[in-house]
Amino acid sequence: MDFFKMFTRKKENSKNVAKERLKLVLVHDRSDLSPRFLEMIKGDIVKVISKYAEIDESEIEIKMTKMKKEGNKSPVSALVANIPIVNIKDKKK
Amino acid sequence: MAKEKMGTAIVITSGKGGVGKTTTSANIGTGLARLGYSVVVLDADIGLRNLDVVMGLENRIVYDIVDVVEKNCKLKQALIKDKRHDKLYLLPAAQTRDKTAVSPKQMVELVNELKKNHDYVIIDSPAGIEQGFQYSIAGADRGIIVTTPEISAVRDADRVIGILEANELHDPELIINRIRPDMVKRGDMMTIEDIIDILAIDLVGIVPDDESIVISTNKGEPVVMDDKSLAGKAYRNIVQRITGEEVEFLNLEEDSESKFSKVLKLIFGK
Repeated sequence: MDFFKMFTRKKENSKNVAKERLKLVLVHDRSDLSPRFLEMIKGDIVKVISKYAEIDESEIEIKMTKMKKEGNKSPVSALVANIPIVNIKDKKK
Repeated sequence: MAKEKMGTAIVITSGKGGVGKTTTSANIGTGLARLGYSVVVLDADIGLRNLDVVMGLENRIVYDIVDVVEKNCKLKQALIKDKRHDKLYLLPAAQTRDKTAVSPKQMVELVNELKKNHDYVIIDSPAGIEQGFQYSIAGADRGIIVTTPEISAVRDADRVIGILEANELHDPELIINRIRPDMVKRGDMMTIEDIIDILAIDLVGIVPDDESIVISTNKGEPVVMDDKSLAGKAYRNIVQRITGEEVEFLNLEEDSESKFSKVLKLIFGK
């Protein structure tokens, strides 16, 4: 048992925290999309989906990210939306 | 009349201040001169002149870059010859002017003029991405970005890479400065691989955080001249890579273990 690791292992390596934070912040920096623009997209998506389902608006997460696509060397931008659905509305009504 | 050369202009830039642009410029310039190349190091940080003190030439300045651009003197009159190297010259920044004193167009003309008589023109860019940055990259053929393994410096480096690309300065290369191998080993500093992975550009050098840099700057002697210094070795490697040679990267982790932890390992076993 490594003498030091008993004390240091419990905490997550700070460099991993840095790397994750950096990746996230660069997604925004690189995407030239303003937060206002994202809010507008979010508002419209909520409107459309609300017609069909009840959603938890406080938990919605919308962000720009870069993804590697097959057959494409450089990463492409993608809009990722995570929208928790509470209840599907009854279509018969 | 001497034959005209067609030298290469390399801008040293970073976005964030305080990551070691000026030290890097001085060492690359000096290192190239030691290999026999004719070099001008150009301080583009008008108003915050520093390359002169890092190179130990602060007492020799008569004219500066703004004097040249405004034609108060000839270009040759403003070039300060290095104390130790025959083919190394400094073109100092003006200290009492601001960054509006030189336009990108004037900079292009100036750098092209220097390239005629020298193999390399090393441009020390100011921090930031405003006007000073814009003219400093204007005449450059290649870009070298300096960063440290900190989140703020890497973020700014990413931004600068984007701006260089937008200005048609393609394939910039990266120097990661002030690496602390002991912290990397503990997992408290991003690794070289982490940073390359995020920025996705080619690496031209890694420089350890080394006391010898502070000491050599105190004396006005670039550390690249110090044969015993690890940072000096790192800069000599960078210079060789710039000239197109393939040199292996330093293994910084080798000597990173402190004596203290070695002793502890002896006592407690692995």
